[in-house]
Amino acid sequence: MNVIEIRDVSKAFGGVVANRAVSLDVPRGRITGLIGPNGSGKTTLFSSIVGQHPIDSGSIRLEGREISRLGVQQIARLGLQRTFQQTRIFSKMDCVQNLLVSLPHREERWTHMFRRYPRDLVERAERLLEFVGLYPKRRLVAGSLSFGQQKLLEFAMALMNEPKVLLLDEPTAGINPTLINGLIDRLKRANAEFGITLFVIEHNMRVIMNLASHVYCMSRGELLASGSPEAIRADQRVVDAYLGAH
Amino acid sequence: MSARQKLLHLALLAAGIAAPFVFPSHSVQFAVFWVFVLFALTWDIVGGHMGYNSLGNILFFGLGMYVCALVQIGLVYDIAEYTAANGAIRIDFTDRQYFEGLALGLAAAALVPVIVAALLSRILLGLRGPYFAIGTLGVAIAAAELTNAWDYVGGGQGIAMPVFPGAPGMRERFFYGACMIAAMACYLFLRWLYSTRFRLAINAIRDDEDKAEALGVHTARYKALAWCISAFFLGIAGALFGNMTGFVEPLETAYPTLTFGIFMVAMTLLGGKGTLWGPVIGATLFYTLREVTWTYLLGWQYVALGLLIIVNVVYFQQGILGWLRARRPRWFGADAS
Repeated sequence: MNVIEIRDVSKAFGGVVANRAVSLDVPRGRITGLIGPNGSGKTTLFSSIVGQHPIDSGSIRLEGREISRLGVQQIARLGLQRTFQQTRIFSKMDCVQNLLVSLPHREERWTHMFRRYPRDLVERAERLLEFVGLYPKRRLVAGSLSFGQQKLLEFAMALMNEPKVLLLDEPTAGINPTLINGLIDRLKRANAEFGITLFVIEHNMRVIMNLASHVYCMSRGELLASGSPEAIRADQRVVDAYLGAH
Repeated sequence: MSARQKLLHLALLAAGIAAPFVFPSHSVQFAVFWVFVLFALTWDIVGGHMGYNSLGNILFFGLGMYVCALVQIGLVYDIAEYTAANGAIRIDFTDRQYFEGLALGLAAAALVPVIVAALLSRILLGLRGPYFAIGTLGVAIAAAELTNAWDYVGGGQGIAMPVFPGAPGMRERFFYGACMIAAMACYLFLRWLYSTRFRLAINAIRDDEDKAEALGVHTARYKALAWCISAFFLGIAGALFGNMTGFVEPLETAYPTLTFGIFMVAMTLLGGKGTLWGPVIGATLFYTLREVTWTYLLGWQYVALGLLIIVNVVYFQQGILGWLRARRPRWFGADAS
């Protein structure tokens, strides 16, 4: 069963075609990878899925529901979250506050705006900070954290939002290599324990081979190959694309 | 609330009540102080906590002033006839008529700016950064000019307000009390509001609105409501100020964009934006400096205030409370462990 179904999605910025007739599926409960050289249109595809910009043609479905005409906030409330390549956190708020504001806003009514955060939600925020290893920093303003810590915070914020699907844009970029293994482990646990479907853009081949059960490869805005990590790694077209022979 | 906080609040309340009795001839000046506190507190909701720097919040002040005046007069007299006479007509209100009119006027002065803020938010709160600042400034200036040209509400001649019944000196004391209650009510309301989810949501909008949207926060709802709350208290402040002054006029009293309109920004920046007490401290300091310069540096008072604003903006952007928070994070609940 696919939680996201993308069919023939095209998106151009002026004369530059970023995505041309891309079709792919993200199966529920799994970790799906998306790789491709720089400028191949991966992030554009993510932005199209979460509604950041309208697509030119094609269809994007979340649990069978067409979402390609919805706005960012509506799609987020349907349970689709993304993290950004350039980490985005609320820099003047502390870590716990960053998590509290990330609560799901699915069934929020007007009166909810004036409620306080009950103790159990604060505890949940603290548990998630513990999960990503930021508990000791919970009362520091997020802007004072290192880049790697901010990425972890953003990941925790996404988990706080209880999404059905989480789109991660290069989760390990800029992270200290010794921390990468810990992050891979946490991504797997988020998938297994919280039941969140992951769709991951990644440049680090070792990471994606370790993580994903199915990998798509894009090149020059088009889908180039798809298959198991081993098959993708062995695919001559993928190797050529990365080495610039394409 | 801790015992120390309680004591501080009670001491301020006592000082506020005592002030007009100790210095009876200064009641109006003291009332202006409370209006300044209202200016700074309301500006900080949208400008400080939400990061939308409005230069046109004075719009709601003037709107409240005019709406209240028109209700008070319109209840007992024909407005067009009254304004056409340029103050030659004096209506003798009974005590009951006066206070009923004032109460209804205040209610309308709170309500109309809220509605206007809600409508304007659909257009203006879609703008960001300097565009929002200039957009709001434009609306405030347009409102002043439109009122200036609208003869039905007195145009540039203004409106003479109904005369306060009662013994001489009572009017000042009455409006002093009303301004103080309005400022304290605003403070207590915001104190509560900032303890709810509302605060985190508007802070998130300040830090990264796109990220807040990506998390599904109902940003448009929060932004509009924040501005409506500003408008509510500013409308009341305007209504009280107009009645206290006794004369309502568009450019200098109701929509003084270059004085009060800028003061509210300067006071908040001085005290530290995005805090509860920053605007109050900023208003107190700014008010004191203004009184001192008006007394001792007459002719140079705007130069002095201008210098203060420049120094504040260039060298001291975080304001007094912001500076203190950076120095003593533990006082503000930050745990550096």
